[in-house]
Amino acid sequence: MDENKSYLYDFIKGLWKENPVLVQLLGMCPTLAVTNAVVNAVAMSVAVVFVLTSSAIIISAIRKFIPGQVRIASYIVVIATFVTMADRYLAAFYPAQSKALGPFIPLIVVNCIILGRMEAFASKNSIFRSILDALGMSFGFAIALLLMASFREILGNGTWFNMRVLGSWWDNWMVMILPPGAFLTLGTIVGFSKFLQTKFKKA
Amino acid sequence: MDLLIIFVSALLINNFVLSYFLGICPFLGVSNKLSSAVSMGMAVTFVMTITAIVTWPIYHLILAPYHLEFLEIVSFILVIASLVQFVEMFIRKTSEAIYDALGIYLPLITTNCAILGFALIAVLKNYTYIETIVFGVGAGLGFTLALVIMAGIREELDFADVPESLKGPGITLLVAGILALSFMGFAGLIK
Repeated sequence: MDENKSYLYDFIKGLWKENPVLVQLLGMCPTLAVTNAVVNAVAMSVAVVFVLTSSAIIISAIRKFIPGQVRIASYIVVIATFVTMADRYLAAFYPAQSKALGPFIPLIVVNCIILGRMEAFASKNSIFRSILDALGMSFGFAIALLLMASFREILGNGTWFNMRVLGSWWDNWMVMILPPGAFLTLGTIVGFSKFLQTKFKKA
Repeated sequence: MDLLIIFVSALLINNFVLSYFLGICPFLGVSNKLSSAVSMGMAVTFVMTITAIVTWPIYHLILAPYHLEFLEIVSFILVIASLVQFVEMFIRKTSEAIYDALGIYLPLITTNCAILGFALIAVLKNYTYIETIVFGVGAGLGFTLALVIMAGIREELDFADVPESLKGPGITLLVAGILALSFMGFAGLIK
């Protein structure tokens, strides 16, 4: 019973309580850069789910064989391999998406969320628990990304997932799609989630 | 003339932090004090220039002729990581003053996405060797500029009455948004 609970916790904690983007403020660059449209955010999230989970499996499987001094370099090589796979796959099957995301798929390599989870979790825990942790964290990342992208696309373009949601009376807030909108949206969301978390802690 | 355009565009118009969103982690983390912001900016400019010098030959003389472009990510990150280590050791041995100023920031830069992002963008844009180096210096100085402006604002912000939940990252991001807005004014600089 207790063990089940902790397995569940491995997964749940990444979604909200230790959300990598909103609480830990990791992986800011892709969060800001690819959230100008929901489609981009989805493509990015899928890539991160894939890379994080696969690297967590490999690294927790070989964690006993990696010497301590070269562990960071080994993590980076494993991560870079999976990122290359994701990048090539996207370029081959969804060339338009790959172009829209530009260098940000390759940049998953240096996304601090991934390296952080490898160092903090996958290198110390069993494969099964590492998978749960990786899934939780990457879904948490996806939630934050989708939230941001929805705000920005709806306000900035009047559409959601390229579907019109606001009528023609809506004046597009162009700034939301442009770079400043990313900072403003993330600042507001981070402030709001902090507000909610302190409020619930008191209650 | 082209070189000047590349330089100005990397410095102001396509500022790495405020319009490409690269290097946001140090931008939020190290921007609370002016002095450390300057050191961090200098360290990034330095590493970026070296990265430009090294990654261009790797891509255009080794990877491209043998059709190994898919190894771009792995080789760039390994080269940058080991390069930074070497530079750090070299500086520690040769110059005490520079090491004190930049030392602790150098290891942090390895996983700074601005560096890898710069190397990848330079390949995407198909720059020549000289252009890549100019682009590196410009991008590094642009990063420094954004970081120093931000640090200046945040030092003042310490005295402001900020709502509890916005303290720290929240207000920093909002300020960065306004800063990005004003940097958009540079967009008309080059047609």
